[in-house]
Amino acid sequence: MLRVVLAEDAVLLRAGLVELLSRVGHKVTSAVGDAGELARAVDADQPDVVITDVRMPPGFRDEGLKAALDLRARHRGLPVLVLSQYVATAYATQLLGGAAPAEGGLGYLLKDRVGEVAEFLDALERVAGGATVIDPEVIRVLLRQQTADRPLQRLTPREREVLALMAEGLNNHSIAQRLTITEASVVKHCGNIFMKLDVDPTEGNRRVLAVLAHLRGEDVTA
Amino acid sequence: MTVAVWDALRREPLRFPFTAWPLRCWAFLLSGTVLGFSLFAVLAVLIVGGVGSSFLGIGLVILLAVAVSGIPVAALERRRLRIVEPERLPSPHGALPGAGIMSRLRTRLRERATWRELGYTLLWAVVFTAAGFGFTALLGMSLILVATPVIVWALSPETVMLIPGRAVSGPVEALGGTAAGLLGLLLAVYAGALLTGAQVSTARFLLSAREEGAQIIELTRSRARLLDAFEAERHRIERDLHDGAQQQLVALSMTLGLAELELRGQDSPAVPLLARAKGEARQALDQLRDLVRDIHPQVLADHGLPAAVAELALRNPIPVTVDLDVPNRLPASVETTAYFTLTEALTNASKHSGAGRISVEGRVRGGVFVLLVTDDGRGGADPAAGAGLQGLADRLAIVKGRLIVSSPPGGPTRLRVEVPCSA
Repeated sequence: MLRVVLAEDAVLLRAGLVELLSRVGHKVTSAVGDAGELARAVDADQPDVVITDVRMPPGFRDEGLKAALDLRARHRGLPVLVLSQYVATAYATQLLGGAAPAEGGLGYLLKDRVGEVAEFLDALERVAGGATVIDPEVIRVLLRQQTADRPLQRLTPREREVLALMAEGLNNHSIAQRLTITEASVVKHCGNIFMKLDVDPTEGNRRVLAVLAHLRGEDVTA
Repeated sequence: MTVAVWDALRREPLRFPFTAWPLRCWAFLLSGTVLGFSLFAVLAVLIVGGVGSSFLGIGLVILLAVAVSGIPVAALERRRLRIVEPERLPSPHGALPGAGIMSRLRTRLRERATWRELGYTLLWAVVFTAAGFGFTALLGMSLILVATPVIVWALSPETVMLIPGRAVSGPVEALGGTAAGLLGLLLAVYAGALLTGAQVSTARFLLSAREEGAQIIELTRSRARLLDAFEAERHRIERDLHDGAQQQLVALSMTLGLAELELRGQDSPAVPLLARAKGEARQALDQLRDLVRDIHPQVLADHGLPAAVAELALRNPIPVTVDLDVPNRLPASVETTAYFTLTEALTNASKHSGAGRISVEGRVRGGVFVLLVTDDGRGGADPAAGAGLQGLADRLAIVKGRLIVSSPPGGPTRLRVEVPCSA
């Protein structure tokens, strides 16, 4: 059972999410409609995980995302799952590359994902458990770039699959299950990927962050 | 349009000498006389020198300089007019952001305003300066006359003569001179006002944008307003779709997901139907998201041009290399114009050029945002043929930008987009 604070300004969706979460046994301690209320609810409830929309009142820009970053600066390691309508990677990198401490789970999922109930709940639990989860669609767009001079071209199709799952926040064990291969070969693929992309294979958020940054061709950690 | 000084004179002709107006007029006329005389000297030297050496190449250059000399002189005069006018005259010249010096010169020489300004400059250097000298003499004489009692007192016992041969015996007797001086000053007040008004009218006639020019300015403004209105409308539609249809569809697919969860493990014919319904909802969401992004890219509003362009490059079917060296945030009109221009350019290049790769380069140089889009396709793009390029050029014209297309048959196609950042 997870104690969840939910921030979503669309009433229909907010009610639906509350129903969904309670049905599978999680407890929504507060369901709010704007960024200010979100901050107050988190301070009061001390939840296990926060789910927030990117775009919220009063400005309908990226208030929700900014509030999540602020919250993580105040509550060290607070797991946050951000729901979004935007595939744009700039939002995901804003979330992952924020000034907040990189510890604690982080997730960036498209809202469509809530239709895949099992997948969505799995992602929520992994974020609450400290993993980093990036929406597969965002990863797909990133992987689709075919610029010839990018080292991404040097990856084999299997290594690309592993990379995509890695960015979704799966650990080696889950990746092995998903691709029905042994964990040892996942480790081997990972080694190859990190070598080919010249990425430092540190654990947790940093691992995903490094991959994302590399895919975007920029240094987010700087 | 009325002349401010004449207006003041007409409203209260008797009070006029006791307002600040006479001083403003005098300041205008005296500074005009000094500047006009300098102008006269410089122009005389240039013209004589230019004609004299016109058999050498340099003479023609000098004469060319004389021809365009009216432009800076007129700019100065439009400023100086503010001494006696509440509002600054609008410049009649079209803006030429980012143009090279030769094309700038060619354009200016074609503009009638340039020649009207030269006319004003010559008029100023000769007629206004001559009138200015006359006025200065009147003012100077009057001031001296007013001061005669003091002068007589100061110079005594030497004799002072106002009229030759008749010495003024003492300060009291010199009061007649003072009276004459005051009369002269009064004359200088009204003559100064008339002269100033005449110069202002002439400047208005020769230095401001002509009626057709003013209409073009108004037309450009109204088109810019229209563009803003379109932009606001796009924003509203995007928001309606985001808050309405998109949320409804997400809620729908969530409900379908819950139904699926309820039926888990059961062998019901509804299970594959639910999966299909979910797939369809998903497709609708995908299409809606693309549509919304084309209408109003939120990433542009939230993260600025570099992030939005990176996004465009990622989605483009043909590989795009991006090299943007611009501030994260530019004025909103520049951002949207640049973004939609680039969208159109990438679509064109991907659909029609047969290119294998596209490069996008952006810089801000001298307050102008310059975007270069180059593809290695077969070239032959004709701005007149397709609505796409023409539409781009139209859109750019509204924000005083421009589009230069170079697309020789066989390629490469190069698009150069310039948008002034002050727009």
